[in-house]
Amino acid sequence: MTTPSAADGARPANGGRAPSPAAPTNPAERSDGDTPLLELRGIGKNFGPVRALSDINLTVPAGKVTALVGDNGAGKSTLIKTISGIWQPDDGQILWKGRPVHLHSPKAATDLGIATVYQDLALCDNLDIVQNMFLGREEVKHWQLNEIGMELAAKQTLADLSVVTVRSIRQPVGSLSGGQRQAVAVAKAVMQNAQLVIMDEPTAALGVTQTKVVLDLIETLSGRGIAVLVISHNLTDVMNSADRIAVLYLGRMAAVEPVEQLNTASIVELMTTGRSGRTHPRAAAGQVQAGQHAGEAS
Amino acid sequence: MSTETHQPSPETPETPETAENGEAAQVATAAPEVMANSLGEYGRIQFRRIRSGESGALPVVIGLVAIVIYFQVRNSLFLSPGNLVNLLIQGAPYIILGMAEVFVLLLGEIDLAVGYTGAVAAVITAWTVFSLPWWIAIILGLATGAFIGLIFGLLITRLGLPSFVVTLAGLLGLEGLMIVLVARSGHGPGGSIPISNKIIGDLTEGNLSPVAGWIVMIVIVALAAVMLLLSDRQRRAAGLVTPPISVTALKIGVMAVAGVVVVLIGNADRGTALQALSGVPWVAPIILGVLAVWTFLLGRTRYGRYIYAIGGNAEAARRAGVSLNRIRTLAFVLTGLTGAIAGIILASRLGSISTDTNGGQLVLFAVAAAVIGGTHLFGGHGKMLNALIGGLVVAAIANGLALLGTSAAATYIVTSLVLLAAVSVDALSRRGRSS
Repeated sequence: MTTPSAADGARPANGGRAPSPAAPTNPAERSDGDTPLLELRGIGKNFGPVRALSDINLTVPAGKVTALVGDNGAGKSTLIKTISGIWQPDDGQILWKGRPVHLHSPKAATDLGIATVYQDLALCDNLDIVQNMFLGREEVKHWQLNEIGMELAAKQTLADLSVVTVRSIRQPVGSLSGGQRQAVAVAKAVMQNAQLVIMDEPTAALGVTQTKVVLDLIETLSGRGIAVLVISHNLTDVMNSADRIAVLYLGRMAAVEPVEQLNTASIVELMTTGRSGRTHPRAAAGQVQAGQHAGEAS
Repeated sequence: MSTETHQPSPETPETPETAENGEAAQVATAAPEVMANSLGEYGRIQFRRIRSGESGALPVVIGLVAIVIYFQVRNSLFLSPGNLVNLLIQGAPYIILGMAEVFVLLLGEIDLAVGYTGAVAAVITAWTVFSLPWWIAIILGLATGAFIGLIFGLLITRLGLPSFVVTLAGLLGLEGLMIVLVARSGHGPGGSIPISNKIIGDLTEGNLSPVAGWIVMIVIVALAAVMLLLSDRQRRAAGLVTPPISVTALKIGVMAVAGVVVVLIGNADRGTALQALSGVPWVAPIILGVLAVWTFLLGRTRYGRYIYAIGGNAEAARRAGVSLNRIRTLAFVLTGLTGAIAGIILASRLGSISTDTNGGQLVLFAVAAAVIGGTHLFGGHGKMLNALIGGLVVAAIANGLALLGTSAAATYIVTSLVLLAAVSVDALSRRGRSS
């Protein structure tokens, strides 16, 4: 049979538990003492004459939730597509665990441990949860799919992520609620041993209950030492779930601050004007300022 | 944790009742085997699934029963052993062509040329069997079908052409090719090549001996039962949700009863006063064999999983690293190969392969068989078993109307109405699911 393997070496033999990255798993520890999991230095991206991103500096520490906010057209999508290997930056450097890396394809990013959960989730509604979580990486035993092994691993991963609302993991994904679908998409990423999970608008179009499911999931991920980068328009969710907030304004990084340094009003101001009366605009971009408590996982 | 949580929430008020609906939908659509704890609960879940649009094959089985009752009331010969065996032999090409079509339908594609693919394959087999052993002739025929499918697949995937157009061109081109081949073979002066080999003729003419029929049936049912029970036991040992034993027992019971009925019918004497004739026809195990192999391929292998994935969400499959072009091309190859099996069976039944073979009509019956059986036209949902049931419906209509002495026109019209009814049931039940 044809066996195009996506993430080689990502066999979730041990129930899909992602190994804790080298970075600290204790969320109370400050991140700037260690090498951040992902660091962007001076990233710039042009589309013809349009400067989509310029001089973006950002660190994404393990075990922390970093929220990326910005108005439409601020460059959020361009930035995550650069991190997930869809587009290559024109300037600057991407460092993964301190080493410069070249993300020339989405697969290169996946192989490093960067998983992106896009808004459309990329799930097959007609397949069940287990089948979706293992899509492209099915286990084969005795010439046939190892359904039992995969179901056990999927079950374990969902349990690790405290996804308990799913009644049967053999139900088609099309029958799940929005939050559960998001959870399946994230669990799929975690099974690929992702160390950085990028989520694009995970709570858009979700109701109150479902939003809670997703926010709990984000908390669980960061509690397991996984770095989470969330794009969101919903500032309430951002304030509730993020440890650090990065604000993009017209392709520039307007501010990267611990959540305690900001309130909704100042974020809105940063998003719309690029400056804030309260915080220092263009704060030493990318660095959580020393001495600032990075916050417990929300 | 933020201190700024007093911001009014801008979320849409998608209230908990939606969540409850979601819960109900889950209960309704998950496989009943892994949801139920008892036979009664299994029945209730199955019923809710049907009401919520996951009807599966049940409506068409009910429809088949209704059709059978109607014809039996109108003409008591319909359910005679002789006619039922005849019906199976007549239906075999439709059933197998329907199975061929399932591969591409699952991808949301269509192969309009599979009828003539089968006809060309049958011409090759009928031609070469004059000089080569029967099994080589069959292999050559199957290879021809697979090769034609490969050409279609490559045109569709590499050039990005719509399968509808490519196979429509194939339908016309292959009819021409078939006529040319029959003329060039030198064996078909009257526009048809006779089947000169007894074994190929026996694919439909031959019967298992009554004892062999029983043995084959018992072996098949026992194998299926052992596989079901083993799978249950493995799941239980792994601590996974297992179907209740009563449900598994029921399934095995249904299979055993169906097997016994088929063998009893086949073994009844359907001969004339001069010559006794009995035994299950060879096509029965042939159909079951094709069904089993393709069901395994679709259900238990990566390849089958990717077919469903592409039919469900091609973009998701692509992002998961599935090679869409390879899977799609291979699906057309398998359709061509299966079409070739059907073509050879058809030639075997007719005793020859003629330039009059109406591949266009065959393919429409094939699509009808697959869709009547419950395969979705837009991909992602369907099973090989659907084609078997749908093919039986198509064959039963043709056979029953012929028995009533109605015209060919009536057969076409009734089949078209049944096809429309089947698609409507599917569409309506899906509307019930989405609302």
